[in-house]
Amino acid sequence: MEDLGEIVGEFLMESHENLDQIDRDLVELEQDPNSRDLISRIFRAIHTIKGTSGFLAFGRLEKLAHAGESLLSKLRDGVLPVTPTTITTLLATIDGVRSILASIEETQAEGDVDIESIIEQVNAQMNAGEAPPAAAPAPAAETAEAPQPLEETPVRPAPEPVENQRKPIGEILVETGAAQAQDVGSALAQQIEGDERKLGTILLDEGKAQPAAVSEALQAQTPKRSIADSAIRVDVDLLDTLMNMVGELVLARNQLVRGVMETGDATLVRSAQRLGMITSELQEGIMKTRMQPIEHIWSKLPRVVRDLSQSLGKQVQLVMQGKETELDRSLLEAVKDPLTHLVRNAVDHGIENPDQRIATGKGPEGTLTLRAYHEGGHVAVEVADDGAGLNVERIAQKAVENGLLRPDQIPNMDRRDIMAMVFQPGFSTAAKVTNVSGRGVGMDVVKTNIENIGGAVSVDSTPGEGTVWRLTIPLTLAIIQALTVDCGDQRYVVPQVAVLELVFIDGQSTKIEYASGAPVYRLRGKLLPLVRLDRALGLDVGADEGVYIMVLQADGRRFGLVVDRVLNTEEVVVKALNSRFKDIGLYAGATILGDGKVGLILDVSSLARRSHLTADAERQNLEASARAGKGAGSGERLLVTAVGERRVAIPLDTVTRLEEFPRNRIEHAGSREVVQYRGQILPLVRLSHLLGAYGEEPEGDTVSVVVYSEGARSVALVVDRIVDIAENSTTARRDAEEDGLVGTAVIQQRVTELLDVRRAILAADPNFYTDLENDELLVEA
Amino acid sequence: MASRQFATFEVANQLFGVEVHTVQEVLSYSEYTPVPLAPPAIGGLFNLRGQVIAAVDLRVQLGMARKALEGQVMNVILRGDGEPVSLVVDRIGEVVDLDDDTFEPPPDTLSGPTRELVVGTFKLDGRLMLALDVNQAVDTQRVTT
Repeated sequence: MEDLGEIVGEFLMESHENLDQIDRDLVELEQDPNSRDLISRIFRAIHTIKGTSGFLAFGRLEKLAHAGESLLSKLRDGVLPVTPTTITTLLATIDGVRSILASIEETQAEGDVDIESIIEQVNAQMNAGEAPPAAAPAPAAETAEAPQPLEETPVRPAPEPVENQRKPIGEILVETGAAQAQDVGSALAQQIEGDERKLGTILLDEGKAQPAAVSEALQAQTPKRSIADSAIRVDVDLLDTLMNMVGELVLARNQLVRGVMETGDATLVRSAQRLGMITSELQEGIMKTRMQPIEHIWSKLPRVVRDLSQSLGKQVQLVMQGKETELDRSLLEAVKDPLTHLVRNAVDHGIENPDQRIATGKGPEGTLTLRAYHEGGHVAVEVADDGAGLNVERIAQKAVENGLLRPDQIPNMDRRDIMAMVFQPGFSTAAKVTNVSGRGVGMDVVKTNIENIGGAVSVDSTPGEGTVWRLTIPLTLAIIQALTVDCGDQRYVVPQVAVLELVFIDGQSTKIEYASGAPVYRLRGKLLPLVRLDRALGLDVGADEGVYIMVLQADGRRFGLVVDRVLNTEEVVVKALNSRFKDIGLYAGATILGDGKVGLILDVSSLARRSHLTADAERQNLEASARAGKGAGSGERLLVTAVGERRVAIPLDTVTRLEEFPRNRIEHAGSREVVQYRGQILPLVRLSHLLGAYGEEPEGDTVSVVVYSEGARSVALVVDRIVDIAENSTTARRDAEEDGLVGTAVIQQRVTELLDVRRAILAADPNFYTDLENDELLVEA
Repeated sequence: MASRQFATFEVANQLFGVEVHTVQEVLSYSEYTPVPLAPPAIGGLFNLRGQVIAAVDLRVQLGMARKALEGQVMNVILRGDGEPVSLVVDRIGEVVDLDDDTFEPPPDTLSGPTRELVVGTFKLDGRLMLALDVNQAVDTQRVTT
């Protein structure tokens, strides 16, 4: 009996996957009605469901699947044309199958899902075309169609058995512009004449394509196959257990390495380093097992878009880019609903009716683009439509009506800040409420859900051209980018996603002021309310000078957190805190710091709430952020460092980590300086030497470095000091004549040089990029 | 005669005991992270092989002043309800087999916070051991006056 349960469970899981695929394929088929490949694939999938349900004695399910299969076979044989109506009928059939499966999952029985009306619908479809009368009743069709052997169905056009989804390499090369169509053609002709070399090899041998391009094309070709064929199912609990064990292994490794270093035994040190390397790789590997391509949650969206646009009488084309982008499983789950909501909203409100579109000079068909990509330590997911755009005036008016803004605030506000009002609870500008959206619930829920997982939501829109909703999501829940800070004699951890910038308070040019007792700071002319971390934690309150302000944003509020010292950014593994600390509310969790001690992760939004920001202060804050936002625009974020007397900025997205190395750990390899780092030899380059800024070596036992990694390779740029993180909002920027720089700009009222990162990296490791390319080639070979 | 095994330890020169099966391990540890605004009985957090463990200061639970967490401090790590939790103690004693007939309810003269934490007294050779109610001992939400 147990075994049967397992079989049924597997059947359910497999069928759900199949159904999702069928959904996608049907929607695609509607776009491309003549694709026999698609019909065959759908046919096969539904045939599998039918077969297994017969075997497991789910009679009703079998009957329904059979009806769908019959209709499909008519499409396949060209007896019936593929029309939107047939697609709708087939989708209804799939939904019926789904309901039965759901019922089986819950009650182990098929339940009383109404399959008769669906079957009737299917039969009506089959009769609608000039189907032979014999096919009219379903049972008759059954005998006619069921025994069809599967192998006959796919008609494969290619001479060699190409996987049904695999694109020919030649086609990829031509599409990406890496090879000429005629070269590919002649290479193909050679193959037909008996040349046994692979197509890519022929092109390479004749110098018609670049090795890198071919290897890229090969990679582009393979993933589809690997996902479909070489995957196994693993229990998530098992992965979690493994993950925990690897965490322990990492700690044990750290202790061991520390101990071994002290002994100074060269053989042991080597073994320990090797152990360290393997552990790091193992950790990375386990993390990867929890990653899934975002495609998993996107796969349901074509259906959503199709159904919704059809019911609204709109024409929408769905484009997906970057569906292989991977996210931690638990995050995918959390992102699913917000994303679906954004997509529905975009179809409902974003994209206009065909008439309206034509009236504004656009094509009748709107385009909805889903885009996912990596950015820094985050994944960005965008939902972009080419619709009418957000009506900023309407939003502003509504915000005033709802008391969220005062009328006099509006003229000073940045468009994007006004648009961000749509994320406020109870806010909807929809002229009419539909059953899809416009009820004022939704956007705020989207925002809350995304913020709960440490992400952020933003919106940008151009009138007449469309709207882009953007979700920024951390790569995993378990590991976050964080800044470590000192307060009192303790170290705390602040999630980096909340940090906008850092300001050092020297008491002279920058200082903390008091507005009737409430500490504030003038950030670019606007008052920023401050929260002293020591006071918030009930510790002894320290001085107002020589401290740092972390400008944080949470729950739409901007405030400054005063800490004694900001140390560095680190990737930390988040550990849940015991329930006995829940009531305090100030901590989002705990983590193990580099020295093995426990560090508390601060909960930024509750700090913001706890800071007794009065309604007035909030408004000021909002105003301030509106102004600040205006200046900032979409400038890139820069890491400002000090090199000698000069300030050098490095684009933040190229920075992997910031580290401090003890001076005595710097070793020499040839003429180069290197340091051992996470089981690797990390080449160092001193920016002061590179830029010719020789000056006095800064004192202290450690050097500050900026680590840059790509693939498995890393280099470290040595700077004198990390100054700040700033947004490059300036316009005064000129190209530098000096070597190693791409230009200069005025950042925070000071002239700052922009580093040519590529050059700096090559100075540290001339083989950095070439090796990377070679590695790729190796993969191909 | 039924007997039970107890792990014993000292706090402020008083011998306490908990049943052995409630104990995960005993170890000394020196690095504690204080948790500001936490209940006073929380001595701090420490890292037990990658797990974050709360150390409950038994002195505070017994109505005494906090123990200074300096140098190596002994921890009795209890399995706890779902997650391990540690009791900070002064000194670890032996594991003893105790017959049930050496057990008596707490004396009537015992009062205050200690009374709430103790389920009974075992008469050992030459000294008394107070058996702790494990759940009460680690309950940091308990109002201690």
